[in-house]
Amino acid sequence: MRTMQFDVAIIGGGPAGMAAALSARKAGASVVILERDVRLGGILNQCIHQGFGLHYFGEEMTGPEYADRFRKMVEAEDITVLLESMVLSLGKDKSVTVLSPTYGLCKIQARAIVLAMGCRERTAGAIALAGSRPAGIYTAGMAQKICNIDGYLVGKEVVILGSGDIGLIMARRMTTEGAKVKLVLELMPYSSGLKRNIVQCLDDYGIPIKYSHTVTRVEGSPALSGIYYAPVGADRKPVLEKEEFVPCDTLLLSVGLIPENDLLSGLDVEMSRITQGAVVDENRMTSINGVFSCGNVLHVHDLVDNVSEEAEIAGKAAAEYARNITRTNVEYVSVSATDGVRYALPQRVSKGEGKVRVFFRVGDVYKNCKLVAECGGKQVFSKKFMVLAPGEMGSFEIDRSALDGDMVVRLER
Amino acid sequence: MNTICIMCPMGCPLTVEEVGGEIKVSGNTCKRGETYGRDEFSHPKRAITTLVKLSGGGVASVKTSGSVPKEKIFDVIHFIGTIVAPDDVKIGDTVSQNVFGLGVDVVITGRK
Repeated sequence: MRTMQFDVAIIGGGPAGMAAALSARKAGASVVILERDVRLGGILNQCIHQGFGLHYFGEEMTGPEYADRFRKMVEAEDITVLLESMVLSLGKDKSVTVLSPTYGLCKIQARAIVLAMGCRERTAGAIALAGSRPAGIYTAGMAQKICNIDGYLVGKEVVILGSGDIGLIMARRMTTEGAKVKLVLELMPYSSGLKRNIVQCLDDYGIPIKYSHTVTRVEGSPALSGIYYAPVGADRKPVLEKEEFVPCDTLLLSVGLIPENDLLSGLDVEMSRITQGAVVDENRMTSINGVFSCGNVLHVHDLVDNVSEEAEIAGKAAAEYARNITRTNVEYVSVSATDGVRYALPQRVSKGEGKVRVFFRVGDVYKNCKLVAECGGKQVFSKKFMVLAPGEMGSFEIDRSALDGDMVVRLER
Repeated sequence: MNTICIMCPMGCPLTVEEVGGEIKVSGNTCKRGETYGRDEFSHPKRAITTLVKLSGGGVASVKTSGSVPKEKIFDVIHFIGTIVAPDDVKIGDTVSQNVFGLGVDVVITGRK
């Protein structure tokens, strides 16, 4: 079996992997990107709508354009890219076993690894959808790929469960391609998607959304003939007496994303139960020295611009680790979240000089609240917000010299 | 007209009316909401993203180079659906100019 040596091996060639590769290369490392698809870009390639790049490039772009901009930068650098290459396993010695059409089963021995595998969608099985198992039930992202990449419309009469951004975007997409989107159902009393998408994807086309409603069962064999839905009570359980039927041939699911961390199963990487990604420090290094994580495999982002910035941190740090210029005997403070803040990331920060940006997400919609960060009982940051919502990740910057104890991020209402 | 302000997660429910030739926005919390409500009432516009066919089979994604009036969305999309782009078309290429005289072009954004 062929073995190849690199300073930094990057698993995944989407937005996180490409940005990590560029910053690792810029920091002087030899870099390989391992991508299982036929091209770089990841999920951006199927997100043909606008809304990418405003923060990072200062201009509004579509997903494929954002991917193309990065792809060209990667191609201009001395970065090895292995496409259609599936990573089978990771070793604690930072060896990566890969199945590649060029090299067959091969091994990459790296000094540092950057995890950039992204996330995948929750499926009908993951939400224990009741009823038969007919054709016509897709995750929203799958329907998006079949439409935008392959050029086929998956159905004509559509119901969408979940109002995450991909679900909303697909409601508009299916409509403009000639399908009838009859209804969007959302379990929660609010949407986890952006306001802009509620207005421009649903309201613009007169598509109704019912909050605090869910699908109770699906019907049809071999193809979907319709779904039953009902309002949910305060316990989020459906009130079955109020069940109603809608005939449809397609059900799209936009019910959450899960970081795709299966490759870590053999490693003892400390994981967060909230983000379902690794626990990391401010360099995005996991509990295993030299293994870094960034992008949606670390925590699910709403803006790709944030993914690119986070990946640059991880890529640079991975290159520095590979060249043995990472500080040793680092003392950490932990960062935790409470009182309405669902998580804060990084979950630990090393003591030292300079600033560090902490990202957070709240667990509910809060109006007129104050975000507070405390260190050993002392307030190190506070800011008032008119509104904080689970669909929009926030961030703030703190001075590392102020960290003289564990940090807690919380909301005051 | 009733709509939701999209300028921030607050999502203020806006009511926009024309009273004696003057556009009045209510329900907003800040100045940005008033501007948004006024624009949405007087000339709502949207950029369009969809697909064109390729001469060799398959599809490529496209965008309009600027926004078009909201009521023209379906006309523009149906027109774009009739375009067959040459198979060697690249990202950034214009495949149709000044659609319906609206001053926007159709530009390739992605392809396999």
